[in-house]
Amino acid sequence: MPADVGQPPTKTAMDLDVRGQDWYVDKLVSVLVFVGGISAVVLILGIFVFITKEGVGFVFGPMEVWEFFTSPFWRPTSRTEATYGILALMVGTASVTGLAMLIAVPFSLGAAVFIGEFATGRTRETLKVLVELLAAIPSVVWGFIGLAIMNPLIIETFDVPIGLGILNSGIILGLMAAPIMTTIAEDALKAVPDGYREAAEAMGATKWQVISKVVFPAAKNGLMAAVLLGVGRGFGETMAVLMASGHSINLPTSVFDSVRALTATIAAELGEAPVGSDHYRALFTIGIFLFLITFVINLMADIVIRGGGRKR
Amino acid sequence: MWRVDLADRSRAELAIQVQKLSLWYGNFQALFEVDLDVKRGSITALIGPSGCGKSTLLRSVNRINERLGSYVRATGSVHVLGHNVLGEDVELARLRRQVGMVFQRPNPLPLSVRDNVLFGHRLHRADEKFSKSQEDEIMEAALRQVLLWDEVKDDLGQRAIGLSLEAQQKLCIARLLPVKPAVILMDEPTSALDPQATEALEHLIWELRGDYTILIVTHNMAQARRASEETAFMLLGRVVEHRRTDALFLTPRKQETADYIEGRYG
Repeated sequence: MPADVGQPPTKTAMDLDVRGQDWYVDKLVSVLVFVGGISAVVLILGIFVFITKEGVGFVFGPMEVWEFFTSPFWRPTSRTEATYGILALMVGTASVTGLAMLIAVPFSLGAAVFIGEFATGRTRETLKVLVELLAAIPSVVWGFIGLAIMNPLIIETFDVPIGLGILNSGIILGLMAAPIMTTIAEDALKAVPDGYREAAEAMGATKWQVISKVVFPAAKNGLMAAVLLGVGRGFGETMAVLMASGHSINLPTSVFDSVRALTATIAAELGEAPVGSDHYRALFTIGIFLFLITFVINLMADIVIRGGGRKR
Repeated sequence: MWRVDLADRSRAELAIQVQKLSLWYGNFQALFEVDLDVKRGSITALIGPSGCGKSTLLRSVNRINERLGSYVRATGSVHVLGHNVLGEDVELARLRRQVGMVFQRPNPLPLSVRDNVLFGHRLHRADEKFSKSQEDEIMEAALRQVLLWDEVKDDLGQRAIGLSLEAQQKLCIARLLPVKPAVILMDEPTSALDPQATEALEHLIWELRGDYTILIVTHNMAQARRASEETAFMLLGRVVEHRRTDALFLTPRKQETADYIEGRYG
């Protein structure tokens, strides 16, 4: 036993006002964490202010707001009469995202139900890892698949002159969005208490009846959020859509038509547009528009999830 | 020949007949060749210390313990109304229509009171058409039988999860009644309830006797004494003693039983 253990406390005054190294480390970490925490908010606000400053004057200045959104003619580089109408671009983005969701929703919900409700043990863990791996594939790789594999496949299968269009980019975007939607949907299913399943099974419900009558209704907010975030992903995706959609300005009449997306337009043209020109500002206006749409979609997803949390 | 007749007759009087039931969770054996006869229309309590296998035995009757996966194995037989429910040809959905269950924690589904009561009914009689008024009658009868009607009749669309625990547990019994199960299993149905609610539930369980065969697991020996006609005492995966409730508590035949009901262990 060491000699200093068990000795009575010293009678000298207590040194309560001494700040050791620990105190300074603690303060430093607090400040660093605070800076890290608010930086995301500051950066997002900064981005919003920047694109607004660059773009917002445009639709109120040289261009009618109405015309900007309803004219299908996007001819920013025309020498005689440049026009800036984003209708065709909006239709392009909407049609590609719409088709992508038609593909991604059944696939991702099916995958989530299988992983969450049917698969067990190692199958389940392996599938989860694989799905997360899929979500990490860079979008340019997906675009590459669209160009190199889907394009000739569509040309051959449907006997059409070009395979780059709504169908191609819709499928690619659907496959891209499915993994993240699967992960979120599976989380939503996992959040349903197992007691509900047990209760329904004990009443004689089959597996499918348990899922359709109990689990889906209980998880519907989370599933809705998964779909909404998938839509947000679809709107925002740039590179894969740029590569697989054909990138030609078009009001499409069939799924084989080429289209151009809002995001792809910005990516392809901003580098060539002189800073401060009408073209430059028009692209920034598209940026504001996209920002607002994805903001609203994410906000909706958030509200939907919170709505579910409150009820439970 | 008379032997066969006798066997048939006694089997007809039995709602549940467990014979040589052994059950393993992986390598752990939870039940050892358990035999148990439960008379039709009676209330039988299963008592015993934690881990004695009483819940496992109860959960074998509707095979809900198979939810845990393939590491649950059983040998022996469990006959419900003369049919071996452990047979491979048994459809679990059909079995659980005949054998309802009430859980320890009230577990109404996240639906309205109305949809909860009619849940099993809609599952099992989906091929028949019921008008809304017929459904209302069925629901009202079930809720009246569990003495819940007056409390919920003004708002049948409210979410069942918002009810008091007592009302939730009554609802969990009410939802079994429309499909008319032969047997109701109860796994410590009052352990989440306060004493008043427990009394109300015991009263209700006592009222259901006769129409339904009830097998109830309880930690509460006083409850077994108050609310059952027969009691089986289990210890370490075996049924030690099974007799009329008053006889078991007053003159236990086995030393283990006597020690347990006197509170020497468990």
